[in-house]
Amino acid sequence: MTLHTEKGGISRSARRFLWKLSYLQRKCIFSVLSVGRFPTHIAFIMDGNRRYGKQRNLKGGAGHKAGYLALMLMVIYCCELGIKYITAYAFSIDNFKRGPEEVQYIMDLMLEKIELELSKEDSLFSRYGVRVHFSGNMELLSDPIKDAAKRLMVATANNSNILLTVCLAYTSMNEILHAIQETYQEKLAQIQLQESISEGRISMCNPEQGDHVLKLAEIEKHMYMAIAPDPDIIIRTSGENRLSNFLLWQSANSCLISFSQLWPGISCWHLVWAVLNFQRNHYYLEKKKKKQI
Amino acid sequence: MHFSLQCSLPPVITALCPQSKSFSHEPRHHRIKKPISHVPKSPLCSTTERALIHQCIEEEEEAFDGRVEDQTLPLGLRREALPRHVAVIMDGNRRWARLRDLPVGSGYEAGVRSLRKIVELCCEWGIKVLSVFAFSSDNWFRPKVEVEFLMSLFERGIQEDTGIFLRENIRISVIGDLARLPKAFQELIINLEEATKNNARFQLIVAVSYSGHYDVVQACQRLALKAKCGLIEPSDINESLIEQELETKCTEFPYPDLLIRTSGEFRVSNFMLWQLAYAELFFAQSLWPDFGEAEFLKALLAFQKRQRRYGG
Repeated sequence: MTLHTEKGGISRSARRFLWKLSYLQRKCIFSVLSVGRFPTHIAFIMDGNRRYGKQRNLKGGAGHKAGYLALMLMVIYCCELGIKYITAYAFSIDNFKRGPEEVQYIMDLMLEKIELELSKEDSLFSRYGVRVHFSGNMELLSDPIKDAAKRLMVATANNSNILLTVCLAYTSMNEILHAIQETYQEKLAQIQLQESISEGRISMCNPEQGDHVLKLAEIEKHMYMAIAPDPDIIIRTSGENRLSNFLLWQSANSCLISFSQLWPGISCWHLVWAVLNFQRNHYYLEKKKKKQI
Repeated sequence: MHFSLQCSLPPVITALCPQSKSFSHEPRHHRIKKPISHVPKSPLCSTTERALIHQCIEEEEEAFDGRVEDQTLPLGLRREALPRHVAVIMDGNRRWARLRDLPVGSGYEAGVRSLRKIVELCCEWGIKVLSVFAFSSDNWFRPKVEVEFLMSLFERGIQEDTGIFLRENIRISVIGDLARLPKAFQELIINLEEATKNNARFQLIVAVSYSGHYDVVQACQRLALKAKCGLIEPSDINESLIEQELETKCTEFPYPDLLIRTSGEFRVSNFMLWQLAYAELFFAQSLWPDFGEAEFLKALLAFQKRQRRYGG
């Protein structure tokens, strides 16, 4: 095996060897972690791409490209760890406020990566059994991205190892609003049907009848994120400690972890640390629940 | 370190009645006292040193006369950078009691004392709203004896502190599913809210029998009823309308700028989920009864350093 190419980079075989070595290392660490309970769902607020790009004098939005690679690595690590659900905050509705060049770069990058995954036979998603789902107000996106996203969801629909939810044009407030509107429309349709059956004898404004009562479960059913259970862990990078309108509804009991590392620099060790923290908190919470019973 | 800082003596904020506790039931006036000029006469302190110390004290006294108002803020805090609305999850009362081999009730009582202290600091430092998570919807599952103790503690606290709220111009609002509370307690709350509704110096929002999910659901139900009665069109329902129906509609600043959770837990535990969208989160290791001025200052200083971009 030659280590270096003629141009001075690491050879393909050497890269494969190093990857296999790191895989074995991870397997050892993950088997130690498996003594405790694993989280089912980990969510990521991928913060710090722009700062990463600026720090390394990268051109344009190259920090976002580095961020994409970091996400793919996290998907692989989570697959190896046996996590069933990952959610990534890729693009917030608030991010539309950014400069038009940056927004366009991110949209073009997403389109490029989706098309790349669709074009490869042995794509990362098929190799690792990743089903992809897009959550958010897709009507805010351009037609090419909407279409590409739909095609990727269809193409990966039969993968069952892990569900990767990419939050695109998403905010939690918008998600809740959408769920309320959908629930209300559904309720209204039910009431109108009942009225037509009872020949209009049901009073529209009678609070005693409870027809206006929207229940929590009904609203949850219409959330974009109804496809996955609530996250056990929400990880935010770049040292910020806020949710930024991400999974507000679903984060009620999530373990919130903030790393000072910028998103493109996130590593397997951060994931290990997050899982260890979750296991420590989970043990305490289970103990607390048992005392209450 | 500048020499004058080494020999400066901190201002002393004291009540006219030195024996009374902070926010106690006796009349209280805040006044800044000038530092007492004690110059050591020990033979170890030379003439030169004593002269220098005198000079420091004179400089400090001159400075004091000029900036009495600024002295109410600890060093490092900038008034313009303070959060307008601070939310607190007061966690750790029971653990505090267990660590001291005390009954759980003592932990809650210590928690109330800690709350009084933080309310006082908020008033002094100019924070407009403090929301505290006193009792969650999930807490109803705790042992009945504990729940009853908590309810009576809240009632007692309201009765004892009503005078202070009125005197200190503090508005009290209680949010949550109050229908689950004892009737007498509900009446007490209504009366207190009514009596303090025009107080404008500071607002204390106490979340009792509350959860963030409940808050959003009850807002939806109100909106659904309005839509059903034709007061609004279903298509009119937007984020702003939802905000107007949340329980935090009782305040001018419904969105906390800073959320503090004590006891080292890293969760929001179903507190004000919608309203915390852009709140800065600060997780303190200390248990709530131990969360005092120093920790609060640390949280506020950390808040001041945060860069809030709101997605931009």
